Amino acid sequence: MNKRTITLRVNGAEHTGETEPRRLLSDFIRDDLGLTGTHVGCEHGVCGACTVLVNGDPVRSCLMFAVQADGAEIDTVEGLAPDADTLHPLQEKFHERHGLQCGFCTPGILLTARALLRENPDPSDTEIREWLSGNLCRCTGYVNIVTAIREAAKEVSRR
Amino acid sequence: MAYIGSSVKRREDVPLLRGAGKYVGDIRRPGMVHAAILRSTRAHARVAAIDATAALALPGVVGVITAADLPGLKTIPMRTGIMEGLKRSQQTPIATDRVRYVGDPVAVVVAQDRYIAEDALELVEVVYEDLPAVTGARAAMAADAPRLHEEVPGNVPADFEVDVGDVDRAFAECDLIVEETFETQRHAAVPLETRGLVAEYDEVRDVLTMWGPTKMTHTNWRILSELSGLPQSSIHFIEPAVGGGFGARGEFYPEDFLVPFAAMHFRRPVCWIEDRSENLKATNQSREQSYRVRLGLRKDGTILAMDAAILFNMGGYTRTHGGLPVMASSAMLRGPMRIKNYHCHAYCVLTNKTPVGTYRSPGRYEANFVRERLLDMAARRLGLDPAELRRRNLIRPEEMPYDHGKHPFHYMVYDSGDLPGQLEAALGHMGYDELRQRCTAAKAEGRAMGVGIGCFVETSGIGPWEYARVEVGNNGGVVLYSGVNSVGQGIATALSQIVADEMCVSIDDVRVVHGDTAKVPFGNGSNASRCTVMGGSAAVGACRKVKDKLLALASAELEIDAGDLVLEDGRISVRGAPERSLDFAALARLALPGPALAKGLTPGIAEEDFFATDKRPFPYGVHMVAVEVDRETGMIEILDYLVMEDIGRKVNPMIVEGQMAGGLAQGIGGALLEEFVYDEDGQPQATSFMDYLMPTAMDVPPGRFISTEDFPSPNNPLGVKGAGEGGITAAGAALANAVSDALGVEVTRLPLKPGYLLELMDAAEQS
Ligand code: FES
Ligand code: FES
Repeated sequence: MNKRTITLRVNGAEHTGETEPRRLLSDFIRDDLGLTGTHVGCEHGVCGACTVLVNGDPVRSCLMFAVQADGAEIDTVEGLAPDADTLHPLQEKFHERHGLQCGFCTPGILLTARALLRENPDPSDTEIREWLSGNLCRCTGYVNIVTAIREAAKEVSRR
Repeated sequence: MAYIGSSVKRREDVPLLRGAGKYVGDIRRPGMVHAAILRSTRAHARVAAIDATAALALPGVVGVITAADLPGLKTIPMRTGIMEGLKRSQQTPIATDRVRYVGDPVAVVVAQDRYIAEDALELVEVVYEDLPAVTGARAAMAADAPRLHEEVPGNVPADFEVDVGDVDRAFAECDLIVEETFETQRHAAVPLETRGLVAEYDEVRDVLTMWGPTKMTHTNWRILSELSGLPQSSIHFIEPAVGGGFGARGEFYPEDFLVPFAAMHFRRPVCWIEDRSENLKATNQSREQSYRVRLGLRKDGTILAMDAAILFNMGGYTRTHGGLPVMASSAMLRGPMRIKNYHCHAYCVLTNKTPVGTYRSPGRYEANFVRERLLDMAARRLGLDPAELRRRNLIRPEEMPYDHGKHPFHYMVYDSGDLPGQLEAALGHMGYDELRQRCTAAKAEGRAMGVGIGCFVETSGIGPWEYARVEVGNNGGVVLYSGVNSVGQGIATALSQIVADEMCVSIDDVRVVHGDTAKVPFGNGSNASRCTVMGGSAAVGACRKVKDKLLALASAELEIDAGDLVLEDGRISVRGAPERSLDFAALARLALPGPALAKGLTPGIAEEDFFATDKRPFPYGVHMVAVEVDRETGMIEILDYLVMEDIGRKVNPMIVEGQMAGGLAQGIGGALLEEFVYDEDGQPQATSFMDYLMPTAMDVPPGRFISTEDFPSPNNPLGVKGAGEGGITAAGAALANAVSDALGVEVTRLPLKPGYLLELMDAAEQS
């Protein structure tokens, strides 16, 4: 199949790669860029595990072709923490509040939550739950995820 | 001591939060190719021919495997729940001449990448000759039903009975007999990560390495050896990060044979990652049972007898769990109630659906629903409050240890607890009396508000043994090699807490190694809430032996009797003379072969222990829920939900409550949303998350979770009872009772979908 060359900025760094037009963005991120923190739980747009930010908006990378992201700015979980020794407040609070068990849904939920906090720095629990309704977690029952996000919001506003 | 009992933050978290967790789908090997499985599209058919010519011609295809490439195939054995008769319907890793469910593996395609492998799947031509299919257990038992396995006439490969007391005599003495049929729907564990395996054969070292096994790593290691003929020493299993288990993930499935076979056959590392639609057809499903039950009581509410017949719809084949779910149902149907006369006849029934296995609280979720519903029906007919009826029948603390009487497959002696006391506590937390008044007031206004109780006893911590080795490494750190597995529950953290306390070291100086067959020789894995109970107890035993060894080393070095030495803060010192001491690193140096042999000591500081027991602990608790049902739409709103459970002793309260919350969400999913629907021909209707609905953050209420440690288990040195399943086990029961109460109807099946509730309301109006 014909390959196309695409260029993306991922977590602030530019990447150029060749890809078939039918290749999913999730596969491109995981296999071509080697960023396997983005997970695939369904490949049909329901579970939210593959969520990344495309130009700041949460997007299911299993529903988008890599070529459609040509020229876009992409954030994945690997770029969330400011540096190797520090965690993002969302990551800190998920750790403190036991917001993860197996961790498979976690990258997608962290990025979804990050987009929420940009849009709404002080969300209520109901707003958090509504915002998260496109991300499945099979382990936690969501309780601690909601708490972690609420507390991270406070932390982000404070800083 | 310091760590056990405290909510230590999980050591698993930080890499996972950074996206650094290596799950099986993240493993990359040089030259790795990708497998895709061609699965039967028919529920029941003869495979007349398979033609892979076109697939093989597709560029990028490495090869295709069918049954013809696998002569002399053995079937996958049961590891538990074994009954002789069930052996006749075990599954071969690939269908030989007949398929028995949609999803049955027919061929394996291996290609350069997953996209090509999937293209090639469509090019493999299979000629099926359809056979009549049967999907319901009762229908499958009919005389004229299609037979799935020639060797199993009547489609019942096994059945058994439980008989305690004198049921006939007891029923004759009853004032009230409640008789009813119940059904629990087929649903499943569905972890968020699908299954997957990477297999690589190194010809020089003669080692087949597999990434991806979990839950039962050591059992599967043995099974693969038996099926493939490779010795266990030539097979190395590595458990990567795991995206949830809940019973389904990590059993030995057909792919656990096919993927390593492909790797050896094509001499290439092979990766197979199940996609979600395969997962919803091929991975063990669970929970589909039908009951016909009679409960006999005296006027005062005392239960005298129970008689049940259970049909266990096991799908097309026997899988690794054998009859385990229905064994558990028949054992735990009496649950927390004193029922001295009990009879149960359980039937394992083959149908043309996906084979089944366990799902968190297997068999108990179903049985709790049935018993707790029956109790509420009886209470209504006797004019008793449901709480009062339970009060009169709960096993009392002075009856502990309580023996439910002989069961052919299940240990039945409850270890300890105060069940009525806990019910009272839960009623208090929930504000039960006031809640009842609110329900009455709401009903007076025409609103359907109700409250439901589900009392339960769980069965956990299954033996018969677990392995641990504890070492003091060269840097003085303590390493636990454990035979249990991680499925995302945080077991490494909990075990480090136990080891740190036992060894008197900082938790940061403890490492836990598990799920690696090259490093851990034995194990019984992660199931039945057994990791802390069995793995923790084995770790304690090994630590105690290591402490003796450390004392012997120090005693030889310091020339002081071991009785005058004390172990504190990671060092051994002379009692009363703390300046004379040796830390673990120094002791490890003394244990090197040179110095140790010179002193006549066995080198190294590494001790093994097995914790073995046939007994089990029985955690117990209460679910209580208040709901309001919209009479127009049949939609349920959960107003308040309480789960209480006594687990003997909490190693990490934060993890325990996380297990309860996660379990409850799954329980709510099973009670309200999740269902594998099949049409009459056995075609599955829920093969994506669009049709198989799992609870989102909008479906699950915050919930209240109270775990207590009032009655430590006498059956293990830690006193723990296992905490993985209490959150889910009575969710179907409590919700069904609350909805029945709200609407004034009698729910007899799950899930509580709006359509069903509307049906019940209509029927109630008409009568
Ligand atoms: S993997 Fe993309 S939404 Fe599930
Ligand atoms: S933590 Fe396992 S799916 Fe969310």
